Formats: sequence, structure tokens, C-alpha cells
Amino acid sequence: MAIDVRIPTILRSYTGGEKAVTGEGATLAELIEHLEANHPGIKERLVDGGELRRFVNVYVNDEDVRFTGSLETKLDDGDEVVVLPAVAGG
Amino acid sequence: MLTIDRALYDAVVAHAKKDHPDEACGVLAGPEGSDTPTRFVPMVNAAMSTTFYEFDSQELLALYKDMDRRDEEPVVVYHSHTATEAYPSRTDIGLASEPNAHYVLVSTREHGNSDGPVEFRSFRIVDGEVTEEEVSVEEPRDA
Repeated sequence: MAIDVRIPTILRSYTGGEKAVTGEGATLAELIEHLEANHPGIKERLVDGGELRRFVNVYVNDEDVRFTGSLETKLDDGDEVVVLPAVAGG
Repeated sequence: MLTIDRALYDAVVAHAKKDHPDEACGVLAGPEGSDTPTRFVPMVNAAMSTTFYEFDSQELLALYKDMDRRDEEPVVVYHSHTATEAYPSRTDIGLASEPNAHYVLVSTREHGNSDGPVEFRSFRIVDGEVTEEEVSVEEPRDA
């Protein structure tokens, strides 16, 4: 199971500057655990209290996971995951 | 310092005036590493609010994919304040996630939708620290 994950600029300090990494997992939650194992610290930037952080957007094959089950979103080999921090403020 | 040409500056100001009293938001994209904004990309404020802005999530994805294809980055991230000064709010600072971007704040509090000057200021926001910078507007060269 190889899943491509696009990493935003602000999280590249966890991936040694890489814009994209590969991960594994049958769900987004599992993928994030797998990423954490290779890139310690990244999970906390994505997840808070067992939920995806409000101002982090994650897309699987261009679909916002908020509409597909959030952390329980199912993943398949070859899926493309994009992580983008929300651009927001007051 | 932010160097921006007159046409892009005017486009940002016009967008802020048009959306007043809601906050307007968008990006000025430019070639990666150039620090020069070249392309005006107004975004929908999904929050449709006078005190908050958030790029629509699908538009955000489309924007980043498009910039990727063009080897661009968000040189400027802009938004307006419609009742307060053109200075990053606590929320702005907490959510700033483009350490390489110039964060432009426009305040329309004085003239709203009407003609008249606005406050137009630029900041770096890195790890919660705000640094104001000079804005240099490049006038078009005479033909």
C-alpha cells in the first residue's frame, strides 16, 4: 500500500524539506500514524484530541475528507492525499 | 519589503472595497523564489463574515494545484479588515501558515465601498511573530 502525500511548506520541517512523501494505511488515521513513525511530530500538527484539526484541510483524490468520513476515510493503494492548512483569519 | 506593481495593488484594493462590509481575501501568486507577485487570484470568503475570512476548501485545493503546475507560490496572502485597522488580529497570527508569504492587510473602515484612500500594509508572520515591512508600489513605465 503506497499512498502519495503532499506536504505543505509549513510542515516540511518534519519531512526534511520534502514536498511529498509516501505512506501506508487503510484509513486516514492509519496513514497519519504511519507518517508519524517516519516524521515524528507531524501528527500533532494534523490531529487534536482524536479529531482532524479545524484549520487543516486534507483531501483524498481531491475530495475534502470532511465530507468522506474525516479520519475514518478509507484509503487505497495509489490514492493521492493533499494536506493544506486553511488560509483563514479574522 | 514588499514590491508590488500598481495594477495588482489596485486590484486588491478594488476587491476589498467591493466586498465591504464583508472581509475580502485572496492571493497574489508569483514564480517560486522570485518574491515578486505577478498574478491576482481573488478568493471567495467562505465565511462570508465581517470579522472572519476563510478560503473555500475546494477553491484552496484548486489554487494550490494550479500554482504547483505553474511553479508559483503564494507571494502575497491578502485580506481586508472592514471595521478595524490594517494590522493582523490575534486570529490572523494564530492561523498564519505561509512563512514565506507577505501578509497584506487592507482596511476599508474609512470609506467602505466608496472611493477614497485605504490603509494598505504588509507583514511577515512567522511562528507567531509579526514584522511590518515597507510596501513599494511600482508605477507603470511610460511607453
